[in-house]
Amino acid sequence: MPSLGSDMEKGTLVEWNVAPGEHVSRGQIIAAVETDKGIIDIEVFEDGVVEELLVPIGSEALVGDVLARIVTDNASAEGVPAPAPPRKTPEPAPPIPPTDQPAVAESSDTSSVRLRITPVAQRRARELGIPLDGVIGTGGGGAITLEDIEKLAAAPPATKAPPPPVTGVDAAAMRRAIGAAMSRSKREIPHYYLGSTICMHNAMRWLADYNAIREPAERLLYAALLIKAVALALRESPELNGFWRNDSYQPGAGIHVGMAVALRGGGLVAPAIHDTDQRALPQLMADFRDLVGRARHGGLKGSEMSDATITLTSLGEQGVESILPVITPPQVAIVGFGRVVERPWVVDDALAIRPVVQASLAADHRTTDGHAGARFLNTVDHLLQNPESL
Amino acid sequence: MNQEELKARLLSLLVRVAPEVEPDEIDPALNFRDQVDIDSMDFLNFITAIHKQLGVNVPEVDYPQLSSLNGCLRYLEPRLGD
Repeated sequence: MPSLGSDMEKGTLVEWNVAPGEHVSRGQIIAAVETDKGIIDIEVFEDGVVEELLVPIGSEALVGDVLARIVTDNASAEGVPAPAPPRKTPEPAPPIPPTDQPAVAESSDTSSVRLRITPVAQRRARELGIPLDGVIGTGGGGAITLEDIEKLAAAPPATKAPPPPVTGVDAAAMRRAIGAAMSRSKREIPHYYLGSTICMHNAMRWLADYNAIREPAERLLYAALLIKAVALALRESPELNGFWRNDSYQPGAGIHVGMAVALRGGGLVAPAIHDTDQRALPQLMADFRDLVGRARHGGLKGSEMSDATITLTSLGEQGVESILPVITPPQVAIVGFGRVVERPWVVDDALAIRPVVQASLAADHRTTDGHAGARFLNTVDHLLQNPESL
Repeated sequence: MNQEELKARLLSLLVRVAPEVEPDEIDPALNFRDQVDIDSMDFLNFITAIHKQLGVNVPEVDYPQLSSLNGCLRYLEPRLGD
């Protein structure tokens, strides 16, 4: 059971997408786990063949418990995702399906009695409270697809169950988890706070021109520019991009900006956009859009929940102009942006009206001092003055 | 598509973007954002859905005109094919 956030102690296995004997590839989603932050998809980190599933559906497991054994392609058995205790050399693997076949659970004898439904459709059905008894889908082999669920949802309300809670998140549990993480942060992390007002004239103009010639699906939100500027600035401030663990600072292995996403019905999650600094703006926007969608509708991956090296929070939508954010441990910094507002602004020797945004940084004094933080905010400012280079 | 049909289509697009929306409780004259918790990502998804489903490509400068249900109807009706 991977740790999907510093505050997580255990999770409930709610779905296995693979069966023993199946071949899996690195990055494949093999299971879903219910946590205080909703249902998270668990990826596998090796290529190999599933030997044994150790945790049955519906059972709780502690962080660090072995969920399944996988015989990796280079032939050493490993626990997933936490390394399993030492064990025998794997005997010649049990019936292995030809590897060029799609790895679906068709060989499993449970599939004949199991409802044929895609995981995303199942999740959506759960959210919408749609009963699936007797439903035949339009997917392969009568599998129920997301589209089928949406159609059922659009059907007359008489067939709908009463409105369900959103995304299956237990609101009270999520509040407890947020409370635990933030209490730890305030108790242990000596925060310092810096703020800077950044002129967004160039950025907003560039964005308007960019979006004017593009269809809605290709357009950018200004948040994408902020995310990219933060990620690029972190290249020059690696001391803000990482973790405080065991009384020392460990720089992150990449720049993975965690995006604070408010959930409908309360609570928030901050999943990471991996290698944020290396993504071109259109890709970054697509990833951001996808991430927010999955944060709100289900389907976040374990690696997204655990890999963020810094958090970005933008509360401008709610109208606030400045934020003094709280660091998510074990991270050492969090960046906040308020609303973009038009304000009087000195340009050369005259006053002009300019869109401006207040950027703030809360950082861990054990790792850096205000000097480093100030340099970082300055870099963000400079980058935003040249949006075409983002 | 008559006005009632268009209204129903728009509300269904809105519900897809923000599942907690109760279509009956939307006051067509009021700003969406004052009635529903939608952010700029939701609104962009709504505009994208209008483009994909209704074939109307709304430029960014016109977004303010689509801030209420009535505004959407006024803006979209003359721009729909037939």
